[in-house]
Amino acid sequence: MKVELEADKCVASGQCVVAAMEVFDQDDDGIAVLLAERPGAEHLDSVREAVAVCPAAAIRLVEK
Amino acid sequence: MNRAVVVGACAAGLAAAETLRREGYDGTLTLIGDEPHPPYDRPPLSKQLLASDWEADRLVLRAADDIAALDLDLRLGTAATGLDLAGRVVRLADGSRVPYDGLIVATGVRARRLPGGGGHVLRTLSDALALRERLGPGRHLVVVGAGFLGAEAAAVAWRLGARVTLLEPAPVPLAHAVGEEVGRMLSRAHLDRGVELRTGVTVTEVGDRAVRLADGEVVEADEVLVAVGSLPNTEWLADSGLAVGDGVVCDAYLEAAEGVYAAGDVARWHNPLFGTAMRVEHRTNAAEQGMAAARNLLRPEGRKPFAPVPYFWSDQYDMKVQAYGFLRGHDEVAVVEGDLAERRFVAAYRTGARVTGALAVGMPPKVIRLWRRSIASRASWDEVAGHRVT
Repeated sequence: MKVELEADKCVASGQCVVAAMEVFDQDDDGIAVLLAERPGAEHLDSVREAVAVCPAAAIRLVEK
Repeated sequence: MNRAVVVGACAAGLAAAETLRREGYDGTLTLIGDEPHPPYDRPPLSKQLLASDWEADRLVLRAADDIAALDLDLRLGTAATGLDLAGRVVRLADGSRVPYDGLIVATGVRARRLPGGGGHVLRTLSDALALRERLGPGRHLVVVGAGFLGAEAAAVAWRLGARVTLLEPAPVPLAHAVGEEVGRMLSRAHLDRGVELRTGVTVTEVGDRAVRLADGEVVEADEVLVAVGSLPNTEWLADSGLAVGDGVVCDAYLEAAEGVYAAGDVARWHNPLFGTAMRVEHRTNAAEQGMAAARNLLRPEGRKPFAPVPYFWSDQYDMKVQAYGFLRGHDEVAVVEGDLAERRFVAAYRTGARVTGALAVGMPPKVIRLWRRSIASRASWDEVAGHRVT
């Protein structure tokens, strides 16, 4: 799977880190950063959770 | 379940619909919304959209092909007008009737207005577009209500060069929500920029170009924004048999009646993490609660109580305010990290013996997340008191 993040939409809520901390982190301003653009299948559920809870709709899961 | 109906097509309703599909539901899925727009995001309405940093197309919550993939029976621009619980049918404004096996109510809230009925409100995309058309250098905007929405709109209007007057009935804006000290600190951000803040004034009548105060004074304006809170959209449920009282009353599983769940701004549910009933108008809650309601509807045998740590943020001038937990009704506030005067701090909130909330301005995300963890783990106030600097 491939994860896309629109950082300029990010509102720094950190909800994605709470949902999937192996895949997302935040920079010093709180803006989300991708730790892995193509995380392993074991992270699928948590990434889906992150997509769903992101309050800025800034994360998209492009399944391959 | 072969017929699922979600009433309300914004963040909570969309999250519910997506979750039903993601978790394997393949029956009919009807999504009903009273606004004509596909699901869109509301927080930017008082921020980037009002400031014209973003145009309306950026608020769309999902790309058209993501919506199409949900295989929805999508009824936009159509309000639900009634519910027949016994017959399991939702009635719509266009006269149609939608039968269901499972129902999720996510009809949200609408802006409260004041006597006179004039002025702008700021709840929908149309509201925000109408207001921003009227803002600009030299215009005088009077904002009634210095809560989070009013403060955000004031900050944007100031940035656009407008003259801004905030009218607030409480002596300290937001004190009931965040405490007096933090409320005062947030007020100073307005005053520092020359935004006029009048506290302790009650507005009794609102026209389009002026408001009247309780003492008879008339405050004139080019535009008036009424930001005095909201009302749950539950009128369509009157006489349905559902319990309604400042929202749709649900249990800890978000169930309001057999096969009927509620989510988002309209849902009043018992949050077991805080041991109290609450109704939360936060963007993140809408998505989390929509997901939880959908899961419980789909798998009643494995249902789980909805026990989140609420989270909200507010952008005002150069400040980002972030808060976790349930701050209302707190017994004590303490600045536990940083310094209020420097606008870089964490304030912790105590209710009973527990830490129940934390509000941060200008602090790194890792610090804020630690406080979220304390609240989620029901940490006692004494455990965290060691961090206190005041």
